Formats: sequence, structure tokens, C-alpha cells
Amino acid sequence: MPTDHALRAAEFVADSERAHWHDQALWFVRVKRDRMAQSLPEWETLRDTAGAIKAHTMSRLGDYLEEFEQQATALGAKIHWARDAAEHNAIVLSILQSHSVKKVVKSKSMLTEECHLNPFLERHGIEVVDTDLGEWIVQLAGEPPSHIVLPAIHKKKEDVGEIFHRFLGTDKGASDPIYLTEAARHHLRQKFMQGDAGITGVNFAIAETGGFVVCTNEGNADLGVSLPKLHIACMGIEKLIPRARDLGVFLRLLARSATGQPITTYSSHFHGPVAGGELHIVLVDNGRSEILKSDEFRRSLNCIRCGACMNTCPVYRRSGGHSYGTTVPGPIGSILAPARDAKLFAGLPHACSLCGSCTDVCPVKIDLHHQLLTWRGEIGRRGLLPLSKTLPMKLMAFVFRRPWLYSFAGRVGRRIMSLTPKWLLYNRFNSWGRQRELPPVPPQSFRELYARRQHQQN
Amino acid sequence: MRVGLFIPCYIDQFYPQVGLATVEVLERHGVEIDFPTAQTCCGQPLANTGCLEEARSLAQNFVQIFEKYEYVVCPSGSCTSMVRHHYDQFFPDDPKFHEFTHRVFELCEFLIDVLKVDRIAGRFPYRVGLHQSCHGLRELRLGKSSELVGEPFSKAHKLLGSLEGISLSQLTRPDECCGFGGTFAVAEEAVSCMMGRDRIFDHERAGTEVLTALDMSCLMHLDGLIRRDGKKMRVMHIAEILAGRAV
Repeated sequence: MPTDHALRAAEFVADSERAHWHDQALWFVRVKRDRMAQSLPEWETLRDTAGAIKAHTMSRLGDYLEEFEQQATALGAKIHWARDAAEHNAIVLSILQSHSVKKVVKSKSMLTEECHLNPFLERHGIEVVDTDLGEWIVQLAGEPPSHIVLPAIHKKKEDVGEIFHRFLGTDKGASDPIYLTEAARHHLRQKFMQGDAGITGVNFAIAETGGFVVCTNEGNADLGVSLPKLHIACMGIEKLIPRARDLGVFLRLLARSATGQPITTYSSHFHGPVAGGELHIVLVDNGRSEILKSDEFRRSLNCIRCGACMNTCPVYRRSGGHSYGTTVPGPIGSILAPARDAKLFAGLPHACSLCGSCTDVCPVKIDLHHQLLTWRGEIGRRGLLPLSKTLPMKLMAFVFRRPWLYSFAGRVGRRIMSLTPKWLLYNRFNSWGRQRELPPVPPQSFRELYARRQHQQN
Repeated sequence: MRVGLFIPCYIDQFYPQVGLATVEVLERHGVEIDFPTAQTCCGQPLANTGCLEEARSLAQNFVQIFEKYEYVVCPSGSCTSMVRHHYDQFFPDDPKFHEFTHRVFELCEFLIDVLKVDRIAGRFPYRVGLHQSCHGLRELRLGKSSELVGEPFSKAHKLLGSLEGISLSQLTRPDECCGFGGTFAVAEEAVSCMMGRDRIFDHERAGTEVLTALDMSCLMHLDGLIRRDGKKMRVMHIAEILAGRAV
């Protein structure tokens, strides 16, 4: 049985032109990232340092979280702790309701996507506008983001033109990026003016200072929290770093890895509320402390959500973010998702050719492809592999454990392959042969030929 | 020097000429070969599927068969990496095993790192495209992957480049995966084939006449596509080129 990912990926690939366009658009970002990385001779040292800082932080996360709470509180922020998505959403709603908020402007936050905050708030009569252009496009289209940094990367400019024509009244058929961006800017400005509260994500929270940093390229986080007096920042507990001086390591890596820029256009630092306003910080666990317990998967919490593993993943580029069915897609998503629900996402660690490119681009040195492989073993151990996978493997192991049977089966198998007519060999159950020829079948195996050679030489 | 020859199961069954070429290359460099016939498969397909108990029994067989050799040589980066980097889970806290894994080598790295070969005698007047098989590149580190920052090197390129008359293709994506990935090739057939065709297209654009790699598994997948699409590109394992086989 093909996995959900394999089925959705096959649909994506079926539109060959679009799949190639998607692959090339993301490869272009990968090339930009390479150029930026190569321009820093100390790149590998930065990666080592970032990985070490994160590993250290995770080793005493509880202490750093408490330090952050104390420091942020001293700056006048109000700290909230949420065990899971439901608690997070309830906390955000109660803050908004206590301020009679009707309209919210929100900058990009994968955490709020993970918690499905938007539909929750809308059900409670609160309008939420995603102010990151890419996120707004997918919000208008009624879709989840397909990439964590480039949420609308699966949309061509013509698609965006169509969406804007429908929702913003731009000219039918218009797809000029400057025209469309101008229209978006005009509409978003009104939303910013009307917003009663601003919600942002958090890229890095600093234990030592109680401050946090939000990185955007559009300045939308700053705009969203400058006019309203209420700012709610939502963050996963793994976003912490110990000291302000650690920030430089991560800011240098983040934008270079994400989009091939030397730094994000806006790196906004927040230290307590604006004068006369309120700042609430919601710290969310939602499964993270379970991952923290695991020696195998703890390193996945190092992730700074740069998306480089997606841009480089040859499977992601050719299957699209939606094929994963998770908030965070691609290699890192395929590690995080089964940690949340191993049964539901048992197929995702297999949506990978184990090429290891993700491991080599990762700015915080997560051994992504090894973790994907470890997940496959873990899924096997928990008995979650389908029979269609385990049965052939059990049979193979039975044969491989018996060299005589292996040689015999090889001989018989090759004989059958060479005698079977082509039309029968390439049947509908032969997924290898749908687009590929089977290997040529030699009359003798290496061991047979080698034995003969040794015999002749002696 | 006597080495244990480890021939991956699919080479044994489908590509015996690659095994023979490996034997010739090694013998030409003064190596005596022992091919223990009790060997079958290193267990990688099982481990990569998640069937660890089944893989464990094959790993134990493998070590039992090969541990007596000073060196073990294999014409596959992927199978070598399975033993060197992924067997430790089956032999926790076994120092003897840890020492053993350092004696298992992929063919090109054995030639360069152990035998100190820096050029291969012979002539190969073709434009050759090297497919950098992922496990050789990013697990065994037989070359610098394009993601990392540092001095570029490639052991396979070094050996190929020393042949007379050879020219090497310059690719736009020098080390992207071909999409084989073991059972991935079947489980994710659509993406796998698109990845393979994209690699072939890159090689066509670079003028590749002979497509080669350290791993016959990647080449089995690419050759399957090349033959189905009726393309002219010839596919040879690097051992065949180093052994001076005709195109």
C-alpha cells in the first residue's frame, strides 16, 4: 500500500511542468544559500557552535526557561505556560477577550499554525489576518502553508493574481509581481490600522535578558505590534538561547540558510511592553518535552526553522509541502510529526531517499537523515510497519541467513526473470518496471563466475 | 596483502562483471583476494525499512564471516557505510567490533587511503559523468559534498581523472541524489523516477557519454530509466572503468 505521502507526491509529480518549476524555484534558494555559506570561511565553525549552544540549552532547558520567565517578568511582560495546543489557544483567546479584541494582525508563526489558532479564534468571532505576504496568500486561498519560510512557494504568480482578483479585486489576469505586491500592501495597511492586537511568533528568546527576537523580511511583525497596545508572542519552549551574545551566531546562520540573505531585513528585539501597553508571552510545550526526553530525537529540538532542509531535499522539492500533511513538512517535519503521532505519521520517515543533504545544510547540525532512519526502526519496533513492508523483509532475511538458499533462489529467480515474457514481467504490481527497465539478467552470478575463475587459475 | 572481498548481493546476482572488475583492479595492485562464499547481504534493505531484528541477524553473520580479515573491501559506498556507520546499534559496547569497522573500505577509498594509489594506468577516451552516490559522499566522506564549506576533494574524481584521454562532465547539480534510495525507489516510485530523470538530463546537458558511480544500485535505477527512454548514454560501475573494460 502506498503511503499518503507517496500518493500525494505522485499527484504532484503528475503535473510535470509544475513539479519542475517547484523544484527549480527551491533549488534557486539552495544555490543562494550555498553562495552565502561559501562567502564565510568560518561557516562550519558557526554551525558547530550553534549546534553546541542548542545542545547545551536543551540539557538544562528547565533552568533557562525559569531564568527567561524571571527576566521577562522583570521587564514587564506577562508569561503564560501552555501544556498543549488547546491550552495555548485558550490562553490567547482569554487575553484577547479580556481586551474585547475583534481584529488581530498576526505575523508569521509556525507555532500558531501547529496549534491551529486561526480557525479557533475565528470560531470565537475574532478576525485574524496573517500579515506575512506568503501566509496571507495561503490564508486567502484557504490552504495551510506549504513551506515554513516560503508559505506560498507552491503558488505561481498567476495563481496569486487569481486569488487577489477574487479577494482584493485586482484586475483579472494580472500577474505582475509589483502590481500584486502593491495591492497587497494597500490592503494590509488597512488591516494594520484596524488591528486591536498584534500576535507574533518568536525566533529566539534570550534567557539572560528576558528579551526576544522576531525576524521578518517585510517588517510586518513591527507594524503589527506598533499600533495596538496589546502584543501576544507565541513560542515553543525550544526557542530559547542562553545569552544575548549567542544571538549573533544564530542570526548569521538563519537568513543565510533560509533564503541566502546575509541577514533578515528586520531583526526586531522586544524587551517588555511598549509604554502603556501589554506584552504577553505564551510558552508552549505541545509534545516538546517528550522529544526532549529521547536521546535519539532530542537534537531535533535544535531546529531554528530556517527551512534549508526543505529547500535542499530532492523529495520535498518534487512532492510539495502539502504532500506531508503536517504543519512543518520536509525532513525536519518528518521527524517531528511521528514524535507527535507515530501511527498517523508512520509513513513520513520513509518519504526520504536517505541522501543526507539535509544533514549537511542544517545550520544547527541536526543529523536529520539519521534521525529519519532511527524513526523507521522505532516505527518497526512499535509494530507500526504495514505487512506489505515487513513480510518481504522477513522473507529476505530468511533467505539471506542461508547462503545455500540465497544462491539457489538467485539462480532460480534469474532463470524465471529471463524466461518470463516481457508483458508478464512488467505487470501492474511491478512498480519498479512502470517507468524503468529491470536489470539485465546474467546467466551466472558473481560467485559462480569467481569459483570458475579460481578453478581455472589453479 | 590479503583482503576479504565483500560483494553486495545485487552485484552478485545482477552485475557479476562489476565483481570481476573489482577483483582485477585489486589484483593489479598486488592484493590477494579471498571471497568468503558464506556472505549474502549486509542487511541494509532491512535496516532501512525498519526491520531491525532481521537486520541484526545479518549483521552478526557479516561480522562473523569477515572479522578475520585485515581489510574488507567492497565496490559500494552504501553497503560499506551500512557496516561502518549503522552496525554499531547491533554491537553495543563491543570494542572488537568497533575496531573491525575501521577495516572495512569502499574500493576507491581502499585504493587511495590504504594502497596509496594516486593514479590508475590506462586509457579511457570518453566524457565521463560521475554520479556522486550519496552514502559514499555524505556518510563515508569520499568527497566534499556541495553543502559543506571547505577544500573541495573527491577520491573517485581523483582516480578517474588520472586515466589517459578521459574528460569529466561538469554538472549543474554536482551531487544531487538520483532517487534510488533502496525500497524508496518502489515505495515512492513517482518521485524516484523524476529524480532519476533529472539527473540523467543534467548529465546529457554536460555531454556525458559514460555515466559512472561508486554504487551499482544508483546505476541500476538510472540505467533502467536510460534504457526505457531509449537514450544512448552508457552506464558502467567505476570498477569497470578502472579495470580498463571496453565501453
